[in-house]
Amino acid sequence: MSATPTPIYSGPIEQGDLFPAARKSRGFLALIRRHPTIALGSALLFVILILAIFAPYLWTVDPNALSPAHRGRPPSLRNWFGTDLFGRDLYSRVLYGARVSLAIGFSVAVMSSIVGLVLGLISGFIRWTDAIIMRVMDGLMSIPPILLAIALMALMQGSIINVFVSITIAEIPRVARLVRSVVLSLREQPYIDGAIAAGTTTPMIIWRHVLPNAIAPLIVQATYVCASAMILEAILSFIGAGTPPSLPSWGTIMSDGRAVWQIKPYIILFPAAFLSLTILAVNLLGDGLRDALDPRMAKRF
Amino acid sequence: MRINKHGLLAYIGRRLASTIPVMLIVALFVFSLLYIAPGDPAVIIAGDQATPENIEKIRATLGLERPFVVRFGEWLWAVMQGDLGTSIFTNQPVTQLIAQRVEPTLSLMVVTLLLVLTIAVPMGVLAAWKAGKWVDRVVMVVAVLGFSVPVFVVGYLLAYCFSVQLNWLPVQGYTPLSEGIWPWFRSLILPSASLGFVYMALIARITRTAMLEVLTQDYVKTARSKGLGEPKVLFVHALKNASVPIITVVGIGVALLIGGAVVTESVFVLPGIGRLTVDAIMQRDYAVIQGVVLVFSLAYVLINLGIDVLYTLVDPRIRY
Repeated sequence: MSATPTPIYSGPIEQGDLFPAARKSRGFLALIRRHPTIALGSALLFVILILAIFAPYLWTVDPNALSPAHRGRPPSLRNWFGTDLFGRDLYSRVLYGARVSLAIGFSVAVMSSIVGLVLGLISGFIRWTDAIIMRVMDGLMSIPPILLAIALMALMQGSIINVFVSITIAEIPRVARLVRSVVLSLREQPYIDGAIAAGTTTPMIIWRHVLPNAIAPLIVQATYVCASAMILEAILSFIGAGTPPSLPSWGTIMSDGRAVWQIKPYIILFPAAFLSLTILAVNLLGDGLRDALDPRMAKRF
Repeated sequence: MRINKHGLLAYIGRRLASTIPVMLIVALFVFSLLYIAPGDPAVIIAGDQATPENIEKIRATLGLERPFVVRFGEWLWAVMQGDLGTSIFTNQPVTQLIAQRVEPTLSLMVVTLLLVLTIAVPMGVLAAWKAGKWVDRVVMVVAVLGFSVPVFVVGYLLAYCFSVQLNWLPVQGYTPLSEGIWPWFRSLILPSASLGFVYMALIARITRTAMLEVLTQDYVKTARSKGLGEPKVLFVHALKNASVPIITVVGIGVALLIGGAVVTESVFVLPGIGRLTVDAIMQRDYAVIQGVVLVFSLAYVLINLGIDVLYTLVDPRIRY
């Protein structure tokens, strides 16, 4: 601060001087301060993502390598998380298992958002399809998601692609309903009437007005779909209707440890902890994004 | 709308009628899955251990040469008369298999529902009352955890702490109601607590939200200013007016209970419908899975229908 008297006017007033609070809230650090859940969630998720991507280089061994001499060993220096009943290294299996969970969570979230968006747009814009699409969605939604996925998996071979397809089908209805409700509420807006009256084509209305309005709730929904898909995958694999045994996933590791959980709880403990932490990370991210992107939704829930 | 006592009956009738198309779609979906899925339907039904003769026999009974609509019609007609087909593994009618397993599953769900409502609703009310304070924070953290920790993880954690380590409760297994209420209840405490965790999170959160909305209303101010005690204001005046969204979510959350029951019964070795489903997956017994999906979906739809009717009881402003 200089001692010279402040001139009455010296150039344009900086907004930061008038609203010091506004300046503080700019930037990445401020975002973290305002939405700590986003920061915490994405940091956790980032760590798990790194572990999954670099699993081969993080002192792991072949997750399927059998070592009968070291069966069912508790955590030690040799096997950080212990070994399972086949002598496979649990640390390696848990790290490789992160790949399955993240891949399923992410791909289901993306795919069901895309299909749900298309279905929601069709039923929102083409009136005669609305009744058909929405009745089908109602039907799918009245089957509890786990059962729907189980029924689909019962018909197909246990492979990661089939798990992805089954869970995606179970998740689509909720996204389609959300997009449809956005379209229907927009249709009531005068500016949409105006755009239609001015001869704007439907694709243009979708591009200019619907997508920008739908993107925030869609992203929030996608994070919840991601969390729910991870849970569903773990449940399917746990009850033996999911990924094949050769592919280590947190659900299959826990399933392997099921018979001996009372005497060797660590077989279940480590994958369970990683699974819960990952889902927690996604949920925190979702809650934070919801608060940040759509204050109205934050009030409702 | 005019208020008359036939209004409610007519409404129930209309709602029942509206569930028919939904259930038809569920039935069509469950039926046609078998034919959409890659592979020979007869092979899928016959299961992994089937002999070629078995497969031929099933192919004959399926009548694949007849039109799809005819086959679906016949199947649906049988289902409506309570014939859900025959289990390929045990050779018993699916209806009978499900009926034998109803008690543990129903017990589990009822106990869970009661447990959750007695804990989650006061939790949500407390959180709304002390919004922003530490009690509220704790409740919200518990809610986030509830959404994040899968039901079988909670199950093993509780079983390890309270059964293996502390030896307070039975580790696994189910005691039928006929052997007394207390042993029955004891065998359900841990399964219900694990199954109810996510449900509790859901209901605590919606209760908090609904209560926050109601607590700003004038009649709450009136109730307080006329000197009513805070518990009475919260639980009688406010909660009653917040109950419609809460009841809605209780109904929607039944899907979580049904889905979670499949897993919980595996963890705690309860001989219920969920266990039946998991065994059916192992044996690739599609008839059983089909039957379970149909029965559970019908239950889910009917419960939510019942909840719609319940609105009129808790909120006399809602008329049909």
